[in-house]
Amino acid sequence: MNSIMRWTPSARWVGLERLNDLRNEIDRLFEAPFADLARVSPLLSGWTPALDMHEDRDNIYVRVELPGMKREEIDLQLHDHTLTISGERRAENKEEDAEVYRAERYVGRFQRSVQLPRPVDVAKVKAQYRDGILTVTLPKAEEAKPKQIEVKVG
Amino acid sequence: MKSALQKENRSTTASVNETPAKPQEYVAPEVNIFENKEGYVLEAEMPGVNKDGLELMLEDDELTIIGRRHSEPLPGDVLFCECPKADYRRVFTLDPAIDKSRISAKMEQGILTVSLPKSEKVKPRKIVVD
Repeated sequence: MNSIMRWTPSARWVGLERLNDLRNEIDRLFEAPFADLARVSPLLSGWTPALDMHEDRDNIYVRVELPGMKREEIDLQLHDHTLTISGERRAENKEEDAEVYRAERYVGRFQRSVQLPRPVDVAKVKAQYRDGILTVTLPKAEEAKPKQIEVKVG
Repeated sequence: MKSALQKENRSTTASVNETPAKPQEYVAPEVNIFENKEGYVLEAEMPGVNKDGLELMLEDDELTIIGRRHSEPLPGDVLFCECPKADYRRVFTLDPAIDKSRISAKMEQGILTVSLPKSEKVKPRKIVVD
């Protein structure tokens, strides 16, 4: 060999440098958008609290199972017709020299949103947190309540 | 290396002696189990259960935890129903090193924390060499 060529690894394998591009693209696909999606979508974020919703003539009731939180750590938002419950579950008894045999309880941020079927009176919404259960009572807005229409004869 | 709380049964059906009608279905609560120098700590998640609904039974080397929900059903018609309605039950086999007389438990916001200290004589002890 009379000429010394600069050694470029991918040049030896013609065509394979395109695979590198493919790998970069797949990395990009999974990086930013996926992380955002996981934060917002209950399907991908791993854990959301169980929720019951009931409705009677005057109110909508929402019950959420959120054991082990402090009242002030629970974030409750009402926007348009959507109620959003979010917060962060922390690990309590964290000791460095403890050996862990089971760690089934979920730790981390969570968020759950539900669409309310009727408009509610935001000012009169009440929430109570007891025994690990958050109960939210949302009084319906006046126009959403069923009204009796009087039928007159004649 | 000790294996601590070895076997436990997940959701089991157990019949109540007084009413032979139908056996009660239970759901197993999620637990965290740690071991430190003092002993073991068990945390069980049982939302909807307060102190009065708790039953902790110790028989030989088995600890049975039962949590009965006390919440009344929400008024009105059901739109969503995801919260389990069954009571909680889970059984654990205890490490014989645990001092059963010193087991204590507290219940806060649906989390039961049970402390199971090891007997003094089993704890690691320094031996002084003359």
